[in-house]
Amino acid sequence: MYLAAEHFVRAPQWTWYILGYFFFAGLTGGSYALATLLRLVGEPRDEAAARLGFYTSFVTLLVCPVLLTTDLGASWSKFWHMLVDVTPGEVGLSFKYWSPMSVGVWALLIFGFFAAVSALESFALDRRDRDAIGDPGRPIGGVLGRAFNAVGAIIALFIASYTGVLLSVSNQPVWSDTWMLGGLFLASGLAGSAALITLLTAFRPAAAFSLARLHEADGYFSILELVLLVAFFITIAAAGTATRTLPYLPLWLLALVGIGSSLVAARGHMRIRPAGGTAVIARAGADTLAVSVLVLLGVLALRAAVIFSAQ
Amino acid sequence: MAVTITPGESYGFFTDTSICIGCKACEVACKEWNQLQGNEPKFLADSYDNTGQLDAQNWRHVKFIDDVPAQSANAGNGTAFLMMSDVCKHCKHASCMEVCPTGAIIRTEFDTVFIQQDVCNGCRNCVAACPYSVIAINQSTGTAHKCTLCYDRLQGGLEPACAKACPTQSIQFGPLAELQQAADVRLAALHSQGINQAQLYGRDDKVYGGLNAFFLLMDKPETYGLPNADNAGLPSRNDLGGYIGALVTAVLGVIAGIVAFRRRGATP
Repeated sequence: MYLAAEHFVRAPQWTWYILGYFFFAGLTGGSYALATLLRLVGEPRDEAAARLGFYTSFVTLLVCPVLLTTDLGASWSKFWHMLVDVTPGEVGLSFKYWSPMSVGVWALLIFGFFAAVSALESFALDRRDRDAIGDPGRPIGGVLGRAFNAVGAIIALFIASYTGVLLSVSNQPVWSDTWMLGGLFLASGLAGSAALITLLTAFRPAAAFSLARLHEADGYFSILELVLLVAFFITIAAAGTATRTLPYLPLWLLALVGIGSSLVAARGHMRIRPAGGTAVIARAGADTLAVSVLVLLGVLALRAAVIFSAQ
Repeated sequence: MAVTITPGESYGFFTDTSICIGCKACEVACKEWNQLQGNEPKFLADSYDNTGQLDAQNWRHVKFIDDVPAQSANAGNGTAFLMMSDVCKHCKHASCMEVCPTGAIIRTEFDTVFIQQDVCNGCRNCVAACPYSVIAINQSTGTAHKCTLCYDRLQGGLEPACAKACPTQSIQFGPLAELQQAADVRLAALHSQGINQAQLYGRDDKVYGGLNAFFLLMDKPETYGLPNADNAGLPSRNDLGGYIGALVTAVLGVIAGIVAFRRRGATP
């Protein structure tokens, strides 16, 4: 980072497909991480929401390679060159730990395995529990299964955050003037994922047990996002590039509305109680669903504002 | 000046902007040799420049910097336009090469930076990284394009087309060490004439480890749209900070999740 940084770069024209990818990468990573946390530290009755999270992660992941490949335009058939260096005489795997795009592609591939296995496991468990009464059955795999989820969650957190680091590792104004984007996209992705799982509980009544906890988590993630957003603006102001964000004021405001909605919904749930837990919500009401939509729009608006501010 | 071109040696350009006359012969020669069809002609209302910028169709671009008074204060005391034939700098520490995830961008046996068209997949990471706005995507091929320093001509023992065509020898091609010597001599000559604003850009390693295509400028680098040494950072400078920011957020996020989801004993 440099004070009063001067940039003479060309914009890479990362626009709608990349915006879409960043949005879904935040949701797939965030959903997997939340599902794992619900399973590992939550009540047995949180298992329904955990499975919902694993399904959400897998489905949102499926969109990612489609968007990335489409973005390549006429070279779309060479998408696999991200993984294999086809330089004549030097054919081999392509991996650069210092290039977030290179690391990210590999992480996405590996995460695909974790997301697919966890979604399949959830499907198998749902089939097993279909006729059972009471709490969902225990997940498959015991300690190894939990370790599998934990490793998957670590990669998931990377997927949700590296897109911000990728932008910073450039010479573009705004993007390269801050170190906050990785954290900001992660916090926003986690908040959006909590909102998305909340939204989807409407289709899975058993998962409604976790609604209050999801609200509470969403509130914490939104506070984190707000702090990082302030830090982001301080750093780009120091670099002298903050004015580039002004044309996108409506998007920034929408992002703030998402954060604010989440905090309003979390109000009353963000009490740390030694025992007893937060109140259980029977099911997601219209207001809850509306807040979830606003949070998701905020997640999308934040990424759009960041992407377009530099271009 | 005939140059014997030997693989394994470093070659480059020394562009002396003090003698550039803005004829654009370099642009034409580059397009002719590299079979670049050029963009649709447009009137840019920007001095004598209708090329506009370096891009996939323009691998040389003569910049006209004419923000000078229309008339001199005193006769014979006017300020000349600044003209500069811009090109890929073939940086020693190339930002484009650093971030390229496919390995398409390589350093050749002539120490130049080259994009392998059959390897590049058009991800545009190099476009975001290049601090000189050199690289652009050719929409028809879907790949990144820039000056090759006439790699094919070098392989055939020929100097690059632009240097060959330059009528004033503003663009000089040769072994890097010889060019650096010539630049030092030229700079000393200008300074001895009282032209103290003349300076070399990319001659030493302060900018991206040194540039194989370096310049003699008649004003500060920013005037020509070139980042000064303080602003010449590689993209990887943000790797560590970016990942630490993400890691701290991840830890806080997991703690927040544990606080929100933890077992609380009996629930209502």
